[in-house]
Amino acid sequence: MGVDRRQFLKLAGISAAFGLGGSVGFQLLRPGALDAAERMPTPYQMVFPKSQGNSEVMPNPKALKGRRWGMVIDMRKLTVEKARAAIQACNYYHNVPTIPGKQNIKWIWLTGYTNAFPEVENPFADPAIKNARFIAMCNHCDNPPCVRVCPTKATFQREDGIVMMDMHRCIGCRFCMAGCPYGSRSFNFRDPRPFIKKEYPKYPTRTKGVVEKCTFCSERLAVGKLPACAEASGGAMVFGDVDDAGSELRQLLRSRYSIRRKPNLGTHPQVYYLV
Amino acid sequence: MLEKALSGSKLYWTWLICLLVVIGAGFGAYLVQYNKGLMITGMSRDVSWGFYIAQFTFLVGVAASAVMLVLPYYLHHYKTFGRITILGEFLAIASVIMCILFITVDLGKPTRILNVMLHPTPNSILFWDMIVLNGYLIINLVAGWVTLEAERKQLPPPGWIKPIIYLSIPWAVSIHTVTAFLYAGLPGRGYWLTAIMAPRFLASAFAAGPAVLILLGYLVKKLTRFDPGKEAFETLAKIVCYAIILHIFFFFLEVFTVGYSDIPSHTAHLKYLYFGLHGHNMLVPWVWVALGCGFTAIILLVNPRTRKNLKILPYACVLVFICTWIDKGMGMIAGGFVPNPLHEVTEYAPTGLELMITFGVYATGILVLTILYKVALGVKAEEEAL
Ligand code: SF4
Ligand code: SF4
Ligand code: SF4
Repeated sequence: MGVDRRQFLKLAGISAAFGLGGSVGFQLLRPGALDAAERMPTPYQMVFPKSQGNSEVMPNPKALKGRRWGMVIDMRKLTVEKARAAIQACNYYHNVPTIPGKQNIKWIWLTGYTNAFPEVENPFADPAIKNARFIAMCNHCDNPPCVRVCPTKATFQREDGIVMMDMHRCIGCRFCMAGCPYGSRSFNFRDPRPFIKKEYPKYPTRTKGVVEKCTFCSERLAVGKLPACAEASGGAMVFGDVDDAGSELRQLLRSRYSIRRKPNLGTHPQVYYLV
Repeated sequence: MLEKALSGSKLYWTWLICLLVVIGAGFGAYLVQYNKGLMITGMSRDVSWGFYIAQFTFLVGVAASAVMLVLPYYLHHYKTFGRITILGEFLAIASVIMCILFITVDLGKPTRILNVMLHPTPNSILFWDMIVLNGYLIINLVAGWVTLEAERKQLPPPGWIKPIIYLSIPWAVSIHTVTAFLYAGLPGRGYWLTAIMAPRFLASAFAAGPAVLILLGYLVKKLTRFDPGKEAFETLAKIVCYAIILHIFFFFLEVFTVGYSDIPSHTAHLKYLYFGLHGHNMLVPWVWVALGCGFTAIILLVNPRTRKNLKILPYACVLVFICTWIDKGMGMIAGGFVPNPLHEVTEYAPTGLELMITFGVYATGILVLTILYKVALGVKAEEEAL
């Protein structure tokens, strides 16, 4: 289970070595690449500024580097089959158990339009959108309430924006589940191991009593691979650097209209849906 | 002073043994939970807090209400409360202990509870809640014990205790305010996202706490020679009366804002609680009973003839208790989680084991309360015998 913090430190090391500490340095290197409005600290962030990374650990040379990771889901390309493949890949590579009933565990799943976007209610919307199945996953919010409420820093945000879990520190208070406005988190109500269909030996299994969720495949990024769901989605899910104006992801966001889940809550979700 | 708890009537010992049996059963149930995980509860991915956190929230209120005795006595020199202030302080101690136990049994990894202190996180309200609750426990232990000790020695309490007692007043308000902030600051939970949460909590606390105290006063009067006095009951009854009216008033403020603005993410929760949502209506009878009890209590307490009637007063207090307990416990917690952020409905009901653990925690609190009251009343009996 030791993925998280150690790999987090590695990646943090990269970004600290690369940037001159924070977005100001980055602005100097690549002017205009950052969206100024998004980077303005909120009143909450003024009181509790984001912590800067730790530069002690040597980076893995193959690791993917990003200033701010994000995901684009192209609803024109996303068929239910592709989505299922993505979900299956995630479940397999992360030993996500299949637990029947309401105490289940989900990192990525399919849901309806009104469930994913309850506030954009429109009875006469294009049926292709209205009846589509949307992928729901952790949004790796730029201003994540789950991190804000966690009493132990077991949920924390990396320099590159990924919201991570330290399964060894989590006390299982489930405050983060109350805090997340997207239902992205699951609690291990029981020992999950008997419910793992086929164990993937390279990823840690979890114990009862801790919370877990999508990690944007931090363990894969660290060795130069794309997230499992993006890889399995047949091009319907594009992972990339939101802060890199030249990235494929930004290209897509420029070319098509995209929506995010509950943007009115100020969490700045980093999963974008092209509709 | 503690030796006073070691001698008592047959009834006293039978009572303690009964409590120990319930505690034992609760502990046994907790061992099952400890081994199997929280799967033995009715909680779910959608309703991730349940009965434990509900009791915790309710009891923080009971604990905070000690201030309703301390404040009139120490700030306004209202002598009538002098004799019973200690009962309020000791009730606060027992309640805070139950609060801490309820938080502990709710944790998925209770053995890691110290992580909250090892990795202090000031941006988490739970961190502050831990500080104010433990602080309140210590303040009341010190204040209660020192004043009682002085009373036994027939001396005025030492001077240094005064500032601590004064500190307990804002501190009592803080524990319930911070507890309200646990809920009221979450962006995606419409039912909780309201600035009136803290005042509402305080109002219901100042109704429930003194109501419990009145009931305890009746018990004490019946079982020992100590009589809190008619005037003390009457004043407490007035406090309960104002507080329960405020509680219902605040509830209507909430209903107005939510109902008139008619924003779905806020109305959905009230609809679920009071009328049911998409055919799910498990809590509907409960919340209406709570409202009914609240109104009946108001009628009984506003009318001076029924309020001053010491035969009717305990019934009014029981009604207040039921009203606030349902409203703050089940209604508050489950109501906030249903529907979930994706507007799906998953209902919640506690399981048998969950209830057993809950009773075990309550029995522990009552045991602490019994022992503390035994000591306090022993000292008072001694003093009156002189
Ligand atoms: S989606 Fe939920 S769990 Fe993920 S970062 Fe945002 S608030 Fe946290
Ligand atoms: S359950 Fe774990 S991750 Fe979530 S808030 Fe509690 S300690 Fe933090
Ligand atoms: S990014 Fe990785 S962890 Fe997250 S849903 Fe996709 S495969 Fe799962």
